Order: sequence, then C-alpha cells, then structure tokens
Amino acid sequence: MVPQLSWYLALSAVLFTIGVVGVMIKRNVIAMFMCIELMLNAVNLTFVSFSSFFRDTTGQLFVFIVMTVAAAEAAVGLGIIIAIFRNRESLDVDDESTLKL
Amino acid sequence: MNTTHLLSLIIFAPLFGAAVNWLVGRRLRNERFIGIIACASVGISTILGFYFAFKPDGALRSTAPVMDHLWTWIQVGTFRADFGLAMDRLSGIYVLFITFVGFLIHVFATGYMHGDPGYYRFFAYLNLFMFAMLTLVLGDNFLLMFVGWEGVGLCSYLLIGYYLDKEEAAPAAKKAFIANRVGDWGFVMGILLLFWMTSGAGAPSISFFDKPGLTSALATVAKMPVDAFAWHTIFAGGITSIAVLLFIGATGKSAQIPLFVWLPDAMAGPTPVSALIHAATMVTAGVYMVVRCSAIFTHAPTAMFIVAIIGAATALFAATIGLAQNDIKKVLAYSTISQLGYMFLACGVGAFIAAIFHVMTHAFFKAQLFLGSGSVIHGMHHEQDMRRMGNLRKYLPVTWLTMCAGWLAICGVPIWAGFFSKDEILWRVWVGGSSLPAGAAKALWFIGIVTALLTAIYMTRLMVMTFWGSERFGQAHDAHAESHADDHHAVTPHESPLSMTVPLIVLAILSTVGGLVGVPYAISSITGGHPENYFEQTLAPVVSSLPAVNNPEVTGSSNLHLLSPAPQPTDGKPAIAPVGEAPGAATAHETPSPQELNEERLLALVSVLIALSGIGAGWFMFQRQPVRTMPQLLENKYYVDEIYDAAIIQPIKVGSREGLWKIFDVGVIDGIIHTIGGAVVKFGRTIRYMQIGFVRAYAAIILAGALIIIGYFAYTGAHVLRYFVR
Repeated sequence: MVPQLSWYLALSAVLFTIGVVGVMIKRNVIAMFMCIELMLNAVNLTFVSFSSFFRDTTGQLFVFIVMTVAAAEAAVGLGIIIAIFRNRESLDVDDESTLKL
Repeated sequence: MNTTHLLSLIIFAPLFGAAVNWLVGRRLRNERFIGIIACASVGISTILGFYFAFKPDGALRSTAPVMDHLWTWIQVGTFRADFGLAMDRLSGIYVLFITFVGFLIHVFATGYMHGDPGYYRFFAYLNLFMFAMLTLVLGDNFLLMFVGWEGVGLCSYLLIGYYLDKEEAAPAAKKAFIANRVGDWGFVMGILLLFWMTSGAGAPSISFFDKPGLTSALATVAKMPVDAFAWHTIFAGGITSIAVLLFIGATGKSAQIPLFVWLPDAMAGPTPVSALIHAATMVTAGVYMVVRCSAIFTHAPTAMFIVAIIGAATALFAATIGLAQNDIKKVLAYSTISQLGYMFLACGVGAFIAAIFHVMTHAFFKAQLFLGSGSVIHGMHHEQDMRRMGNLRKYLPVTWLTMCAGWLAICGVPIWAGFFSKDEILWRVWVGGSSLPAGAAKALWFIGIVTALLTAIYMTRLMVMTFWGSERFGQAHDAHAESHADDHHAVTPHESPLSMTVPLIVLAILSTVGGLVGVPYAISSITGGHPENYFEQTLAPVVSSLPAVNNPEVTGSSNLHLLSPAPQPTDGKPAIAPVGEAPGAATAHETPSPQELNEERLLALVSVLIALSGIGAGWFMFQRQPVRTMPQLLENKYYVDEIYDAAIIQPIKVGSREGLWKIFDVGVIDGIIHTIGGAVVKFGRTIRYMQIGFVRAYAAIILAGALIIIGYFAYTGAHVLRYFVR
C-alpha cells in the first residue's frame, strides 16, 4: 500500500490541530511555545508533501525559510520568557495580563 | 514706440523712499531726514514725469506712448500680462498732476505732521501711496492697473486709520476698505469678462496697448459693433456688461452712489491724506479707468446712460448734504463726491476729455482747499468744527487769501480753473451724447446747474463761517470749558509755517491759472489769439468719442469701427485713418457753427450767473448768521449710513450670527466633526475589550479569524480544493 498525499495532509492537519488546541488550553508559556512550533512543523510537512507530489522544489525552499524564522522566533521567544520569569517568577500566561512588567 | 527703462524710476523712487523711511527712518526718528527722503523721492518722480511728458518725443508731444517693459509677469496659455509701464497722453496728464500735487502735499505734510510720533510711518505710507497710484496710472494692462488699484486702497486704509488713538479712525478705515472691496468685485469681473470676450474675438488680451505679440484689448473692442441701447444688455455678458462692471469698480474707488459712504468717514485721517488721496488723486482713479476704457464705454450706450445718471445723482445728492455739514473737512469731502459726480456725468455723455480736464483742475483747487482747511485746523489746534471758527482771516491771512482762490475756482467764477472745466462739462451735457435718450440731456444739465448753484452756496458758507463773521473760538467753549480745559484752553489761531503756506500759494496759483490750458473754443475765439483748446487737442487722439449724430441709418455696422478711434497707437501714426469720407462721423476738430458757439457762450454766461448768485446767496445767508440751523435731514446725510446699517449691515450681522454661526457652523460644521469624533470614540470603547491582555484570548481571536477566512474560501472556492483531492 503506497502512501498517498492525503495521508500526509491528514497527518499534518492532525498535528496542526494539536498545536492549535495546545495553544488554546495550555497556560504554561513553554508548552504554548512548543505548540506553536508544532504548528509550524505541521505546515512544513504540508510543504514537503506537496513538493514531492508536484515534483517541484519550491515547497522545500519555503520549508527552509520557515525553519529559519522558527529558529529566530525561538531565540526571541525564549529570551522574552526568561525575562518574564525573572520578573514574575511564574510561567503562567494568565498572570501576564497587565500588558506591562 | 519709444522705450526706456528710466520710466520705471517714476514709480520705484517713491517705493524706495517708503522703504528707507520705514526701515531707516523708524530708527533715526529724525523729522528732517524723513521729510527730505519723502519729498525727494516724490520730487524725482515729478522731474521724471515732466521730462517724459514734455521731451521732444515725450508722451504729450507725440502720439506714441513712452513705454517700459520690465518683465513678462504672467504667461499662461494665451493669457499674458506684463509688468510694463506706458505713459501716453492720458496717463501723462495724470502723472503730471499726481506727482506735482503729490510733491506739494508732501512738503505741506512735513509742516503739518510736525511733532507727530508716527512721522516716519506717515511718510512711509504716503510714499507707498505714490508708488501705488503711479502704478495704477502707468500700468499698461488691466492687471497691473488692478495692482495699483488695490495698492492705493491699502494705503488709503492705512492712512485713514493712521491716528491709532482716534476712536473713529479704525472703523472709518475698515469702512473704506470694505466699500472698496465691493467695487473691486465689479472691476475684477469686468476684467475677466473682457478677457473672455477678446478671446472670443481671437485676440485674447487685457492690455491697453499694442505690444509685440499682444493686441490691445481696447482696440479689439473698438472693432466690435456697438451694443444696442436696452436694459437687458447689462446682463447679456457683452460690452455693456463689461462697462457696467467696470463702472461698479469706479463707484467704489471714486465714491459714487451707492458706494460713496466711505469717503466722508475717511476724513478721520490726517488732512494731507485727505487732500492727496481723498480729493486730488486716488478718488479720481475711477474716472481714469472709465476714460481709459472709453473704447468700451462708447460701445455700450446703456452703460454710458447709467454712468451719466449715477454721476448726476451723486453730484446733486452730495452737494445737498454738503450744505449742512459743520465739520470743515466733511463739507469738503461731500464737495469732492459731488465734483466726482460731475466727472462721471461728463463721462456718461461722452465728454471724456472734459472729465479729465475737471479731474485736473479739481486736483488743483480741491487739494488747495483741503490743505487750506488743514492749515486752519493746524492753526486752530485741531479744531474742525466751523461753528467754533470765524474771522480767521485776521489770524491766517495767507491761508485765507489762498483759499479764496480755491473757493472761486470751485464755484466756477471765470478765469479761475474750475470755471472752464465745469462749464465745459455742462455744455457737453447740454449738447448730449448720442448715448442719451431724447430729453435726458437737458434734465441732466438741469441737475448739473442746480448742483453748481449748491456748490457755490456751500463753499461760500464754508468760507464765511471760517474766515468772516464773529470770532467764536473764544466763547464757544465757555459752556463746557471745564470738561476739555486741557486740550482746548486759550485757543489763539496762528498762521502756519512756510512749509505749509508755500504749497498753499503754489496750489492757489494753479487753481487760478490752471484752467487756461483748456479754454474752450467758444470763449477763446471771442478774444482771438490762440483759439485752440490745447487740452482737448492733446487728449483727443487717445480717447474714443461717441458718434456725433444718433442717426439710425448711419449707426449701422458698416462704419462703426471708424467712430471709435482705436485707443492706443504705438507706432507714431494716428490711431485711425481720417474719417472724413465716412458720413456722420465725428470730426472733433471741426469748427462749430455760429449758432452752436452762441449757445455755448450763452450757457457759459448762465453758469457764471448761477455761480455768482450762489455766492451771493451764500454770503447773505451766512454772513449775518453763520451758525444757522440747517435741515436735520441734510445734517444727518439723509440717514444713508443708518439705512445701510439697517438694510445691509444688520441683516448680514444677524444672518451671520443666527444663521451661519448658530445653525450652519455650530450645527452642520461642528456637527459633522463631532459626529465623526464621537463615532471613533464609541468604536474605540467597544473594541477596547479585545485588548484585555490574556494571551489565549488573542490566540482564540486569531483562530476564529483564520477559520472564518478558510471557511470563506472553502465555501466560495470549493472547486479549487477539489483539484487537490483526487
């Protein structure tokens, strides 16, 4: 049984949905962050699937860009998280609702 | 055409003087320095003016104007306006008397304004006025003339309001400015309409003269057929409309009904200003403009008739008011309005040359009278009420004697200047132009002669109240001596210094002999000698004349262009070819028939008798009883100010306050702004709740938005998705 494109897309959709739900229900900043990464990688999976399916490398190029952005975002995001933790001694996002330090 | 850049010095010398006095004089505060700068700059203009007028190929001695093209000012498509000056015979005469009378008044003012804290300011304004007035007169197109026109209006405003501590000065200045704005509207519309019309004729221009690449607008109009005499032509947008609009401009500047109200109030300014601006020069700018545009007016008989009626009505109306005024300057102000009415009456019957002649003689004798009154006011320590004067000839002999010359001139006693010009006007009104309907000429003449009688009476009253009779300046103050003990005590009139009396004497001589340049043929031929009327011969080539006979067969379109000489020849040749072969054409230099001569002489005799009887009547009425009670209606100027206030000013005020402000401004303008602002605030209050700070709520909103977008595409673009799902 040869894997079909729709399988990959279904997997990607599942991963993306897990990421979305995770962002919605998790309060821990680190967990939310990981969920965001999960969504990005779900999208990456879609890109490579289509790339393979259409015999077109453009999708793979996009994956590189997404990975680069995700790396930069991880660096910045983790920096912010550390800054918040140092000030608040907490990683609960619902505590950070005052929009200031 | 002879061109010279030196001509522009005539206008720029006073401008330079104004700048020096404003920038340097205000720091030096040296009256001698300021006075010399001011007089010298006008003196340069005077010398140059005389030079360019009388040099061998000068403006008055050749038919070609002296021109000076400084730069092309505006060039947009087919529209072109130059900053160019031109001195032809008409503007030459104006320049002569403006600069010369202006120079004398400057000299007079150095004495009159002595000790005034705003000395430098006064002379800066006065020089600026000379610049503007000369620009008005010398500008070679309508637009540059309009610049001067507005310039003199500005200077008039500044000088009327010169006495900053005088309560009535500021409103008077504003009134003058606003009344002039109303007239300027007409002037501008007239220019625009003229440009539009000449464009339609294929030669778009607003120039007075033929120049390289530019045809004279007036010549273009002169080639057009004459408008019919009918009221509806006023609104037809043709030549008559242009003429009427231009005349509206003239009524503003030259204080004619209905816009004359500003001139009496303008007397709040210093007396030299009244003499220079509000008697001799600026107020005659309207006459200048009408005569300059004589080619337009001769093609618009309806407009001519209106000009004549307004002129005659103003002359009579102002003369009756002048009878009952007690302020010496107010009498002269109304007299000025009345004399300006004469000038427009002359223009209205086609006697443009007579109008200019009267402008010139009026400049002499009215400047003389105003300066004389200034000398009286100066000698009386700023007392202007004639009821508190009397017997001043004992104290101010020079002023008295010189004012007598002005008095006789304005009354129209023979030999004195006013006689010739006024008589010329009355004669030409009696003959009537072809522009007038039958019978109107005699009626207008009658108004003119009544005005002449009134003029003689009120001027005699002024002289008698001021210079004869009992001395009333001592006891008149006893009643309220306590109240103004400080400013009025011990009034001893004194004669003015030399700087004031010399201009008076010069102007008195001019008022006496100034009329001799234009002695009409009917009178000069009695004595033989030189029967030419120099003044008329000088101006005839530059002024259009009406068709001599109002003959319907002749006034066909075939020869009409010959009847109105093209106004401005620039190549040294006569403006038009001789018109001898054209039947019914006007031949100005033709010797009149003996009956006409006798009729003219008879009328001259009548006006002399009228003048003398007016003087006599005035003498007997006011010699014994100088402080006669005059009719309230006249003393209150027919309540014109009150009527204007009730009919125009109050409705505008109330309409502005109640309608424009409280309804339109507060309701509509502010309403729109407040509605928009309020909506923004409300919207912001509403969506503020989206920014609550809970990160997961934002995530939910983003998700919702994403779902909506995906849902939308899924719904509308399902066939796209179908492509992917095999």
